Amino acid sequence: MPDNDFVRSYLPLLIHFLLAGALAGALVLLSWLIGYRKPTRAKMSPYECGMTPIGDARARFSVKFYMVAMLFILFDVEAVFLYPWAIILKDLKRMGQGLFGLSEMFVYIGIVLVGYWYIWKKGALDWGLTISSPQAARITRVTRSGGSSQEPEPELVGVAGKGGL
Amino acid sequence: MTPNLHLWLIPILPLAGAAINGLFGKRFSRQTVAAVALAFCGAAFAMALWIAAQFSSLSLPHVEVLATWLRSNGFSVDYSFAIDQLSLVMLLIVSGVGFLIHIYSVGYMWEEGGYYRFFSYLNLFMFFMLTLVLASNYLLMFVGWEGVGLASYLLIGFFFLRDSAAAAGKKAFIVNRIGDFGFLIALFLMIKHFGTLDFQRVFDAVKPFSPETAGVGFLTAIALLLMLGAAGKSAQIPLYVWLPDAMEGPTPVSALIHAATMVTAGVYMVARSHVIFERAPSALMVVAIIGTLTAFFAATIGIAQTDIKKVLAYSTISQLGYMFLACGVAAFSVGIFHLMTHAFFKGLLFLAAGSVIHAVGGEQDMRKMGGLRKHIPWTFWTMTIATFAIAGIPPFAGFFSKDEILWRAYQASWIYWLVGVVTAFLTSFYMFRLWFMTFFGEYRGAAEASHGHDEHAAHGTHSGPGSRAEAPFHSAQGGSAPHGHGGIHESPAIMLAPLVILAVLSVVGGWVGWPGSLGGNNRFDQFLGPVFRVSTPAVNSEHAQAGESLPPEKETEGAEPKTGQRTELIFTGISVGAGLLGLFLAWLLYLRRPELPDQLAASLHGLYSAVAHKYWIDELYAWLFVKPLIALSGTVLWRGIDQGVIDATLNGSADGARELSDEVRHMQSGNVRSYAAWVAVGATAVIAYMVWVGLRTP
Amino acid sequence: MAALQTMQGVPQAGDYIRILPEIVLSIFGMIVMLLDPVLDERRSQRTLGGIALLGAIAALAATLYQAQPRFWGFGFFDTVKLDAFSVFFHFVVIAVTILVILSSYEYMEVQQIRAGEYYGLVLFGTVGMALMSSAVELVLIFIALEISSISTYILAGFRRRSAISSESSVKYFLLGSFATAFFLYGVALMFGATGSTSIARISAALADYAGTGHGPMLAYLGVALMFVGLGFKVAAAPFHIWTPDVYEGAPSPVVGFMSTAPKAAVFAVLLRIIFEAHFSETVWLIWLAAALSMTIGNVAALVQDNIKRLLAYSSIAHAGYLLIAFASLPANGIPAAMFFTASYAAMNVGAFAVIGHFAGHGERYVMLEDYAGLGKRSPVLAAILTVFLLSLIGIPITGGFFAKFYVFSAALQGAHPLMGLVIIGVINSAVAAYYYLRVIVVMYMREPREDAPVAPISAGLGLALGLSLAATLFLGIYPNPVLKYAALSVGLLH
Repeated sequence: MPDNDFVRSYLPLLIHFLLAGALAGALVLLSWLIGYRKPTRAKMSPYECGMTPIGDARARFSVKFYMVAMLFILFDVEAVFLYPWAIILKDLKRMGQGLFGLSEMFVYIGIVLVGYWYIWKKGALDWGLTISSPQAARITRVTRSGGSSQEPEPELVGVAGKGGL
Repeated sequence: MTPNLHLWLIPILPLAGAAINGLFGKRFSRQTVAAVALAFCGAAFAMALWIAAQFSSLSLPHVEVLATWLRSNGFSVDYSFAIDQLSLVMLLIVSGVGFLIHIYSVGYMWEEGGYYRFFSYLNLFMFFMLTLVLASNYLLMFVGWEGVGLASYLLIGFFFLRDSAAAAGKKAFIVNRIGDFGFLIALFLMIKHFGTLDFQRVFDAVKPFSPETAGVGFLTAIALLLMLGAAGKSAQIPLYVWLPDAMEGPTPVSALIHAATMVTAGVYMVARSHVIFERAPSALMVVAIIGTLTAFFAATIGIAQTDIKKVLAYSTISQLGYMFLACGVAAFSVGIFHLMTHAFFKGLLFLAAGSVIHAVGGEQDMRKMGGLRKHIPWTFWTMTIATFAIAGIPPFAGFFSKDEILWRAYQASWIYWLVGVVTAFLTSFYMFRLWFMTFFGEYRGAAEASHGHDEHAAHGTHSGPGSRAEAPFHSAQGGSAPHGHGGIHESPAIMLAPLVILAVLSVVGGWVGWPGSLGGNNRFDQFLGPVFRVSTPAVNSEHAQAGESLPPEKETEGAEPKTGQRTELIFTGISVGAGLLGLFLAWLLYLRRPELPDQLAASLHGLYSAVAHKYWIDELYAWLFVKPLIALSGTVLWRGIDQGVIDATLNGSADGARELSDEVRHMQSGNVRSYAAWVAVGATAVIAYMVWVGLRTP
Repeated sequence: MAALQTMQGVPQAGDYIRILPEIVLSIFGMIVMLLDPVLDERRSQRTLGGIALLGAIAALAATLYQAQPRFWGFGFFDTVKLDAFSVFFHFVVIAVTILVILSSYEYMEVQQIRAGEYYGLVLFGTVGMALMSSAVELVLIFIALEISSISTYILAGFRRRSAISSESSVKYFLLGSFATAFFLYGVALMFGATGSTSIARISAALADYAGTGHGPMLAYLGVALMFVGLGFKVAAAPFHIWTPDVYEGAPSPVVGFMSTAPKAAVFAVLLRIIFEAHFSETVWLIWLAAALSMTIGNVAALVQDNIKRLLAYSSIAHAGYLLIAFASLPANGIPAAMFFTASYAAMNVGAFAVIGHFAGHGERYVMLEDYAGLGKRSPVLAAILTVFLLSLIGIPITGGFFAKFYVFSAALQGAHPLMGLVIIGVINSAVAAYYYLRVIVVMYMREPREDAPVAPISAGLGLALGLSLAATLFLGIYPNPVLKYAALSVGLLH
C-alpha cells in the first residue's frame, strides 16, 4: 500500500495531539482533584469579569464589537502567514531567490495595507463617543462623514469583502 | 455546374420586409406599409416563378451551400438551400398563395390598429415558411418549423385584447411544442445513427436498409417521432385541438397559416422524409390510420358547427387527414397534389368566408346569414367554386386529388377507402350546408341588426375578430350606417381579386393531375416522380407497388390497363356520387326543408308530422343518416370527445402540473433551518448512493 | 502544502501570464477600494463603476493575450492550468462581469445605492470565478470558490434598505457556508484517500486503486461530498432550495451575475473533477440530479407570479439541462456543456438587466402583472426581453436552442444512451415554454398599467443589452466558432 508510508509520516503529529490532550486533561483533573473549592455566586458564573452573563440574550450590542473582532481576526490570520514565509525565506536565499521571496512578502503586505487603509478611511476603526446605543453611533458617523451615510453597515460590507480577498 | 440561383434570397426578402415594417412601420402610412409588405413578398414570388422557368435546365436536386453553420466532432450542418420538384411545388404554393393573401389583407385589415405589426408578422411568417420549404437539411427545416409556429402564435394572438385570442395563441404554441419534441428527438436519433442531418446524406445512409417489416427498429422510431411532429403542426389526432381555437386570428391569417401553408408543413415533412417512412411500414400504417381517423372524425364534427370559420377549421383538419392518408399508403405525390389543390380551394374558402363576414358586419354565425348571393355575387360565385372543389365534384381541382387519394387508399386497403368515401360524403354535406345556409334562403340576420354589435360583444369569444375587424372597415367602405348591418355589401376590389385568382386555380389547378383513367396522363405525378422514385426500398414491399415509385398508368397497371382503368372509373364514380349525395342532402335539409333538421333534432313529434308529409322518403333519409349524425357529431363527438375527453385531458394534465407545482412551492417555506435540512437530506442521499457504489465495486 | 512539497523553483514570468486576468482584476479591485473612501460618496459610483469597467475590459484583453497557445500549460507548481478550457471560461466569466457592470451603472443610481465597494466586490468575485476555471488543485479551487462566494453573499444583500435583500444575503451566506463545508470535507477525504489534492495526481492514484481495498471508499465519499458542495453552488436539485429566495431578494444585476458567472465557474470545476478524475460512477447521480432539477425547476416555475422567482426556477431547470451533458461522454459532453454555459450566460444576464430596469426604484415592479402591456409602453425593451425569453425556451436562431440541442444530442451519442434523460429534458423544455410564454403574453396581450412607469434606457444599459442580445443571436445563428473552440479543449482536458 502506498499510503502506509504516507500515513506513517503523520505519526509525530498524532503523538503530538495525544500528548497535548493528555497534558491538558491531566491539568484539569489535577486542579479538580486537589483544588480547594468555595463557591460563590460570582465565582460560579462563566466569566468573572466582562459583561454580565445573565439577562436577555437578545441584548443589542453595537456592531462595533463585531467589527473590531472581525478585523482583529482578519489581520491576525494575515500576520500568521508571515511565519511560514520566514521559514522558507532561508531556503529561498540558499537557492539564490532571496530577493524574490522578499518582494513577494512586500506584495503581500501591500495588499494587507490596502485593506487596512480602506477600513481606516471608511471609519471602521473609529470607536466613536458612545458604544451602547446604535442611534448614538449613527449620529457620530453622520457628523463625521458629512451626513451622507445613514447606516453603519458599509464598513461591515467593505471589510468582509476584503476578507474574501 | 448549374447556375447559382441565390435561393437564399427567397426567404430573406420577406424577412427584410418584416424588418422594415417592424422597425419603422409605426411611422409609415398604411399605404407605405402595404407597399413594403407586398413588394417583398411579391419579389419572393417573382423569384419563385423565375426559378420555375429555369427549372428544366437545373440538375436536380439543386443544392446551394451558403455557409457552414456549425461543424463539430464530425457532425456538420450548413446553411444550405435546395430545390427539387417537391420543394418547387411547395415554393410556388407558399409564395403564390401567400402573395395573394397579402393582397387580400391590405383591404381586410385596413381599419385595424397595428397595421404595420400585422404585415411585419405576416412577412416574418413567409420568411420562416420559405426557409422550411427550401432547407436542405433537417436542422434548417426545424428552424423554419419552429419559426412558423412562433409567427402563427403572434398572429393568432393578434387581437390580443381578448383573452380568448391570447389563450388560443398559447394553446397553439404549446400543443405544437409537444409535436416539436417528437421532431427534435427524431433529429437526435438521426445524428446518432447517420451522423448528419443533411437530407441527401441521411437518405443515402437510409437507402441500404431494407424495410423494417418485422419488429420496430430505429427507422420506425424516427418515422414515428417525425409523425408526432407532423401531427402537431398539421393538427392531426391527437394534437389537432389547437386549430379550431386558432380561428381567433384574423381571417387572412386563418387562410394563410391555418389552411393553405403552415398546417401543411407536416405533410411536406413526411413526404420529404419518405425514404425513411418507406422503410418503416408500421410507421406508414400509423400515418395512414391517423390520417383516416382524423379525416373522418373532423368531418363529423364539422357537421354540427354553426360558426362559419369553425366549419372551415374542422374541414381543414379533415382534409389534412386525407393528405396523411395518402402519405400513409405511400402515395406521397398524391398527398402533395391534394396539398396543392387544398391550398387553392381552402385558401379561397377562408378568404371568401372573410368576405362574407365582412359583408354582414362581423357576424360569423351561419344561422344569422342567408340569402347573401344576391348581395355579394362575386364572393358567392368564388365560394361556390371552392365548395364544389372541396366536395370533389368534377372538374374542379379537389375532385382530381381526392379521387386519386381514394383510389390509392383502396389499393392499400378497402377500409381506408370506405372511410375516405364516407368522409367525402360528409365533407360535401357540411360544405353545401354552409353554402346553402350562407347564400340561399332568406337573410336571417336583419332582425338583430339594431343591436348587432352588443350581441357580439356579449358572446364575443368566437365572433370577436369579426366584430372588431370588419365593422369599422365596413362603415368606411360602405359609407352607410355605422352599425354595420345596415347594408350588406360586396368587398372592395383588392379583396376580390385574390378571390377570383384562387377561384380560377381551384378550377384548373387539378387538371395537371388528370388521371390516366379519364384519358389524361397525370403530369403532376410524373413531375414529382423523380423525387419519390429514387427512394424505392431495396427489398420491395406491397407499399412500393401501390406507391409512388412507378407512374400508375405506365407500369403498375401496365399489365391489365383496361381492367385497372375500369375499376378506377367505378371508384371515381362512387366518390363523385358521395359528393353529389352530400349536395343533395344538404339541399334537402337546409334549403328545401330548412325546418327539418331542427324538427328532427327537437322532438319525435316532428318526425311523426314529417312522416305524414309528402316527402316521407326525405325524412327517412334524415332519420337514418342525418339525425344520428347530428346527434353523434354534436353531442358525442364534439361535446363528448373533442371537448370532453381531449380538451379535458389536456386541461387535466395542466391542472395536475399546477397542483404539483404548488406542492413544490410548499418546500419553499422561507425557513433557513428547513432549507438546511433539505440540503442535508439531499447530501445524505448522495452520500448513501456513493457509499453503495463504493461497496459494490470490489 | 502540496505546493511547497513539490516546489522546484520560483515562479517564472509564464506563471504570471497564466493568471494575468486575475492579477489585472485584483489590481483594479484594489484601486476601487483605495479610491472609494476618498471620493464623495454621492458621486463616487460613476467613477468607480468606470474604473471597474476598465478593469474588466483590461482583464478581457489579458484573457485574449493569454489565449495564445504558447502560454498554455501548468503554472504555479501545477496548481493552475491554462488551456482552451480555462480561457473559454475566463472569457465567459469576464464578459458577464462587463455586462453586469454596464447594467449596474444605471441600476445603482435608480436604487440610490451609494456604494463603491459594489464594483470592487464584483471584480473580486470575478477573480475567484476566473481562478476556479483554471485551478487544478482542490485547495486552490476551494479558495477560489470562497472568494467568489463571499463576494456574492455580500452582493446579494446590497439593497440594504430592503429587508428581503438582507434576508437573501443571510440565507445565501448560511446555506452557502454549509455547502462549502461539504466541499471542504470532500477535499479532505479525497486527500486522505489519495494523498494529494492535485486533480491529476488524484486521477493517477485512483487508477492505481483499481481493485484494491478501502481507498476507493474514501474517494467515493469525497466525491459525494464535493458534489454536494458544487451542486449547491450551481443550484442543482436537491440542493436548489435556496435559489428562489435568494434571487428574489438580491439586486437584479447581481442575480444576473450570480446566476451565470459563478455557475459557469463551478461547472468548469465539476467538468474538471468529473472528466479529468474519471468518476464514471457518478453518471447515475448526475442523471438523477439532472432529471430532478429540470422537473422541479420547470414545474415550480409554472405558478410563479414574481418574475425573479420565475427566472430563479428557470435557472434551476437550466442547471438540470446542463447536467445532462455531464452524464454523457467527454468528447461530446464537454463542448456541449461549455456552449450551454456561454449561451445561458448571454441570455440570462440580458434578461436580468431588463428586469432590473423595469423594476424601478426599490424593485417595486417585479410581479408579472407589472409587465402588463410592456409591449406598448416600452416596445424595444419588451422585444429584447422577448428574444431572451424565446432563447430560454429554446427557439431556433437563438443561443438557447443550440445550447439545448447540443446537450441533448451529446447525451444521445454517449456510450450510455441517455434516452430517458433526453426525453425528460425535451418534455421539460416543452413544459417550460408555458411559463416563459406567460410573460410574453402578459407583455403583449394585456392592457398597459398606468402606474408602472418605464424610465428611458441609459447608455450603459443599452450597451449591455445590445451586447447580450448580439451574443444570444450570434450563438444561435453562427455557433460554429464557439463550438469549435470548446471542442479544442476536449483533448486537453481528457
